[in-house]
Amino acid sequence: MTVGAGVVSAPVVRLAGVQKAFPVKGGGSTVALQGIDLDIARGEFISLIGPSGCGKSTLLRIVGDLITPSAGTVQVNGKPAPQARLDRDYGMVFQAPVLFDWRTVEANVRLPLEIQKVRGAERDRRVQEMLDLVELTGFHKHYPHQLSGGMQQRVAIARALAFQPAILLMDEPFGALDEMTRERLNAEVLRVWAQTGTTVIFVTHSIPEAVFLSTRVVVMSARPGRISDVIDIDLSQPRDETTRETDRYYELVTQVREALRGHHEGAPVGVPSKERARAEGGIG
Amino acid sequence: MTASTGSAPVAGGRLPPTGAVVARAVRYLPAIVVFVAVLVLWELSTGGEGRRVIPPPSSIWAAAQKNAEVLREAALNTFWEAIGGLVIGTVAGIAVGFASARWAIARDILLPVAIGASTIPLIAIAPIINNWFGVLNPLSKTMMAALLVFFPIVINVTRGLVQVQPAALELMRSYAASPGEVLRKVRIPNMLPFLFTALKVSTTLAFIGALVGEYFGGSSEVLGRVVLTSMSAGSFSLAWAAILIASAGAIVTYLLVGIAERLLIPWYAALRAGEI
Repeated sequence: MTVGAGVVSAPVVRLAGVQKAFPVKGGGSTVALQGIDLDIARGEFISLIGPSGCGKSTLLRIVGDLITPSAGTVQVNGKPAPQARLDRDYGMVFQAPVLFDWRTVEANVRLPLEIQKVRGAERDRRVQEMLDLVELTGFHKHYPHQLSGGMQQRVAIARALAFQPAILLMDEPFGALDEMTRERLNAEVLRVWAQTGTTVIFVTHSIPEAVFLSTRVVVMSARPGRISDVIDIDLSQPRDETTRETDRYYELVTQVREALRGHHEGAPVGVPSKERARAEGGIG
Repeated sequence: MTASTGSAPVAGGRLPPTGAVVARAVRYLPAIVVFVAVLVLWELSTGGEGRRVIPPPSSIWAAAQKNAEVLREAALNTFWEAIGGLVIGTVAGIAVGFASARWAIARDILLPVAIGASTIPLIAIAPIINNWFGVLNPLSKTMMAALLVFFPIVINVTRGLVQVQPAALELMRSYAASPGEVLRKVRIPNMLPFLFTALKVSTTLAFIGALVGEYFGGSSEVLGRVVLTSMSAGSFSLAWAAILIASAGAIVTYLLVGIAERLLIPWYAALRAGEI
């Protein structure tokens, strides 16, 4: 399956002229995002990558209607973003798992279903299905603190997918995990994506991660945050560990790295995310 | 990838009942040993003038038995004052805590006042409270206890309702959850551990408040008055018996709050056990 920019169907996400300015203490404002135009087709896996302060997390939150843009339009499934949020089109996964300590694994996954008034056997079936999907069968009654960081993040993914959202928004979901766990979860996310057909927007600092996962990598640059390059990732599907060893994979990693460097001389890419959150004006 | 990859989950906090009892006994054994040792040392080392002011446990015990009737009556009265104060202070504190968490304006008005009021020395207002609610009315002691309990409850309830992970609120927003759902499913469960922390402090405060109120006059059939009158009569053993009964009351109430905490938020006890 190769889903690229050339898909004919109407885009799931259409961003046109999106701009975001944050007020600055002492008057004035900083432009976090400027002139963002992007169409995302159904079933695409899009990574947003860029240096600290390029506004990629802000852009993700604008798509999800957690932040309102200062200018421009955000259409999701042909609707404005606020309507899409009310229609529960979004599944969110953050860098921290954000599981509720007082809920067991299954109760955490059940939370969005409770809010959407899905009840009874249908609800139980979906919780079971999601926990099977992320391979946490048998951990239903555990509390989050009894799980490892990687397992907690898998619960968060199960929760985000429980109500079958049209779009999965992931904000550096594996940024806090060790490299081994991250690679395993990358493979798992690809499997879940292939199985569910969900459209994914994925914010990351990791070039290898972006290339391995995506159908397209959106490269952003800072001050003001804008899209500087969009790179099609034509690696064949399904991808696995051998994909990481192909020449094409290395070429694409190099291409993304050069795209990043070209627009941002010598700036480090792997910046701690707290710093990033501050640089982007905090989380709404 | 199997479910058990990544670091294995820690053993779920539930030990078999007998194991739990044994584990707890072992855990508290040092404390029990120290307590008994202190009692023995106390018994052996008190003599001379000290024997009068700090009598040995045996003579406190004897005084308690001799005055069992008086002490029982006094303990019950003081106990009800303290418990009444704990309940009133907690209910009022929760109400104000919810209001100040809900409305920023209430928070701006109430919290500075609450913090300011909590710095007023208790001793200074005890006579005022006594006169306000009537020196002879046990309610004046209850209100003294309630006043002390009120502040930590307000501050902790507010904090527990407000200090929620920002990402948790974003998550609820992405679900298009109503404010009521955010309150029920995020803010209130998040607040409960804060509330119980405050309640544990408050059990002690309630007994202190009741006793201080008693010191400033009122019925003589209360522990505070027993301490005062027996000391002025030179009966330090009886005074000590009353003091120890008051502290036992606070300890028992504390333990009851701890049991309620385990029953109502069992996940929290497990979480803390995991951290140690």
